[in-house]
Amino acid sequence: MSKRIDVSDLDVYYGDFLAVEGVTMAIEARQATALIGPSGCGKSTFLRTLNRMHEVIPGARVTGKALMDGQDLYGSDVDPVTVRRQIGMVFQRPNPFPTMSIADNVLAGVRLNNRRMSKGEQQDLVEQSLRGANLWNEVKDRLERPGSSLSGGQQQRLCIARAIAVKPQVLLMDEPCSALDPISTLAIEDLIAELKSDYTIVIVTHNMQQAARVSDRTAFFNIAGTGKPGKLIEMDDTATMFSSPREQATEDYISGRFG
Amino acid sequence: MAVDTAPAPATSLVDPAQGRLPRWATWAFLAGGVVAAFLLLLVLGNPTVAGVVGLGAVLYAVGATVASFVVEGRRRAVDRLATTLVTGAFLLALIPLVSLVLLVVTRGMTSFSWTFLTTDMVGIFGDMTEGGIAHAIVGTLLITFAAAVISVPIGLLTAIYLVEYGRGPLARAITFLVDVMTGIPSIVAGLFGFAVFTLALGPAFRAGIMGAVALSLLMTPVVIRSVEEMLRLVPNELREASYALGVPKWLTIVKVVLRTAAAGIVTGVMLAVARIIGETAPLLLTVGLVTQMNTSLFEGRMATLPVFAFRQYEQGGTGIDRAWAAALTLILIVMLLNLLARLISRWFAPKGAR
Repeated sequence: MSKRIDVSDLDVYYGDFLAVEGVTMAIEARQATALIGPSGCGKSTFLRTLNRMHEVIPGARVTGKALMDGQDLYGSDVDPVTVRRQIGMVFQRPNPFPTMSIADNVLAGVRLNNRRMSKGEQQDLVEQSLRGANLWNEVKDRLERPGSSLSGGQQQRLCIARAIAVKPQVLLMDEPCSALDPISTLAIEDLIAELKSDYTIVIVTHNMQQAARVSDRTAFFNIAGTGKPGKLIEMDDTATMFSSPREQATEDYISGRFG
Repeated sequence: MAVDTAPAPATSLVDPAQGRLPRWATWAFLAGGVVAAFLLLLVLGNPTVAGVVGLGAVLYAVGATVASFVVEGRRRAVDRLATTLVTGAFLLALIPLVSLVLLVVTRGMTSFSWTFLTTDMVGIFGDMTEGGIAHAIVGTLLITFAAAVISVPIGLLTAIYLVEYGRGPLARAITFLVDVMTGIPSIVAGLFGFAVFTLALGPAFRAGIMGAVALSLLMTPVVIRSVEEMLRLVPNELREASYALGVPKWLTIVKVVLRTAAAGIVTGVMLAVARIIGETAPLLLTVGLVTQMNTSLFEGRMATLPVFAFRQYEQGGTGIDRAWAAALTLILIVMLLNLLARLISRWFAPKGAR
């Protein structure tokens, strides 16, 4: 599992408004890539274009290229549904399905797609995914309880378990810890460190320490002003980015002298 | 660093100048108001219950507010006045409801019995006290059910289109037309049902389905509106979570959106049913009334509770008692349906959230 993604000259529009301009970036397989930058700079928008989730928003469109292991994500014969089965996503706020139990939430990707699976396989998948999300020990005795009965941090790990249960190649995370307390954040960060041995991970974060802790490579996005498009300023190994960035804007942002 | 300073200003939370009326004051003012109203009306003429209660309420509102203003100050006086007005409005709204239920129950109980519920009106005439409404209950249930079978799928699909797919002028036009449809007078719906079947099957055709079509015209916009509201309440995050798992849009709608909104949808449909089950005019025009049981929706006239009550009341005599009992039965059926809806929506409701 896990594939690389190469993006070249990607522009994202909302209607006529150019939201993100000219992104060219290589996302390596089996690495965690962090996207940082001020609010509104387009990093979440860019993240959503990687599994075509931006298409959910009316009027959103993309020009440019995004290749996953050489396959064009935007090819005319490519179904966004297939893309999303290979590139999973975890959202800012934990969003387990309120009508489903913990086990059913993990199986959601299977069940909602009407795929048949034997009881035994289902149990194995639930256990394997929950173990993968470091949640198994906490919930193994109450798999039939509703997913919403868990704490915020547990719910977020449930959402990660749900995302990895469909066995994606890439996992996108949109500020997965911003609604969580420090202990739950630590649990998720540990999990990311484990997950990146199997998955390609792209994480958007506002927390620069978090980017420094979990990622191998970091990309800095910035915006020149309101109404202007967001741009990728620079991308490098995380260690380099945080010690000796090439661009002045990056250094200003990282050292807190931004704006 | 003990510098001689003036003692800290008193910041007590209790203002000694401001008193509080004791707890029993409310009741005392209420009793005082009623007694004063009674005495006043006794002096002026003859006191009636309505007069005493009405004047008593006014006297209470004035007295309690003034006393509160003097003793407790402006803020609490306004609070008391607002509480009085809100409670008063609630009680006022309750009067018609309670009196209606009381009236229907007391008048309806004269004829209401098991036999009444299980016999029909075959061979009943003049001042005979026998006879019942079994045929009308069956007719009402069948026609309402048929109307729901027509309206719910149309309403559900329209609401799904409006919430999940509809954009631009077409969606706006549909929303506007639904609003217009909500305002259709029921007699017009009846004429529509009548006209459709007369044009298609000739003027002699009579069947329960005519009434069902007429009622569905009234029911559909109510279903669309309430289902639309419920679907809009489903958080977008759940849709996105489903898309992100590689679930196609139609499966997301069927399995996530509809499932999450199921409880509300059931309630909305039941409210729509309650809205049409008592309709008289469209049924009077289309299905008319018969004295015997008719279990076929597609053949012959049918009896229904509202039309039955209307006709019996028109006849006078023992018919009036039957009309009241039929009204009572109708209210009971609506209550039972609402109870059922509650149970179903509890069954569907998302569980365990806090």
